[in-house]
Amino acid sequence: MTVNSANVGIVIVSHSPLVARGAADMVRQMVGNSVPLAWCGGNPAGGLGTDTGAILKAIDEAWSEAGVAIFVDLGGAETNSEMAVELSGEARASRIVICNAPIVEGAVIAAAEASGGASLAKVVATAQELSPS
Amino acid sequence: MIAVEEPRPAIDHAVLTNRLIAACRDVIATREADLCDLDRAIGDGDHGTNMRRGMDALAAESRQLAAMPLSEAMSRAGTILVMSIGGAAGPLYGTFLMELGAALRNVEAWPEALRRAVAAVARRGKSAAGEKTLLDVLYPLRDEVVRHTPLPLLAQRVQGFAEMTIDMQAMRGRASFLGERSIGHMDPGAASCALLAATICRELAEAGIE
Ligand SMILES: [Mg+2]
Repeated sequence: MTVNSANVGIVIVSHSPLVARGAADMVRQMVGNSVPLAWCGGNPAGGLGTDTGAILKAIDEAWSEAGVAIFVDLGGAETNSEMAVELSGEARASRIVICNAPIVEGAVIAAAEASGGASLAKVVATAQELSPS
Repeated sequence: MIAVEEPRPAIDHAVLTNRLIAACRDVIATREADLCDLDRAIGDGDHGTNMRRGMDALAAESRQLAAMPLSEAMSRAGTILVMSIGGAAGPLYGTFLMELGAALRNVEAWPEALRRAVAAVARRGKSAAGEKTLLDVLYPLRDEVVRHTPLPLLAQRVQGFAEMTIDMQAMRGRASFLGERSIGHMDPGAASCALLAATICRELAEAGIE
């Protein structure tokens, strides 16, 4: 099965690998292989936490020229994702958005939108409608 | 042999770098449990362990870091902390060192380099003074450096900066979920920052740096 890498990619970053994987399973169930998808969870020692290196790797796995939307759970996941976006280089960084949306609902809705070929801006806006700001 | 007064030996930066890393690693290892206790009170209890992992990763590359020019060593050390700590403290401490490295590369004087590094930490954490974070140690520390406070005196004062966070209400990070219940506990990030700053000030003073 090949992933349609023309569509916006989705990255899921949780403190818990179980949460990240579960959310990714729900995304796959919804959109199959129509969007590039990667997840990571846990700190560099395997405990609860986040790992900038693993986030960089996930961005790479889910990379699409259309861009990547990242979904995070708690604060450290957001800060480490921001760091990873910066470390991924300017060319990529401008096409990655860390979404202000609930991690599970956000990732599923974003993936549904992305599977129809929507732009990164549209994918992000649709997911962020979930979060009153 | 004729006794002559020996000139003060020049500072060996490689030796100093190795010493600084070893001293930082030692103080965090010694206080790991205390830092975890502080984090358990208002967070998820992993700050000591995370910092310990970061210091161990620095120590593992100590020789290579010591062989690099100072600015390059700072940037590399920042990257090591980002990749090893595994919590928000990773990007915060990492950004601090990376920005210090970048500022020193542009031949900024120390107080200016420190000012930039502290500002970068504030941006990274989207935080400001008085929000019960490590910035509540970094801001007064920066001000003391600008005023050229002697290092041994500064080493004594930094713990007081961390203690100021006890009465603050957390506005950032997980501790902010506790609202007013975060008051009465020292911020673990401020605590580790004060421990590291005091250690570095003491080591630099001992090496003859003013
Ligand atoms: Mg913690």
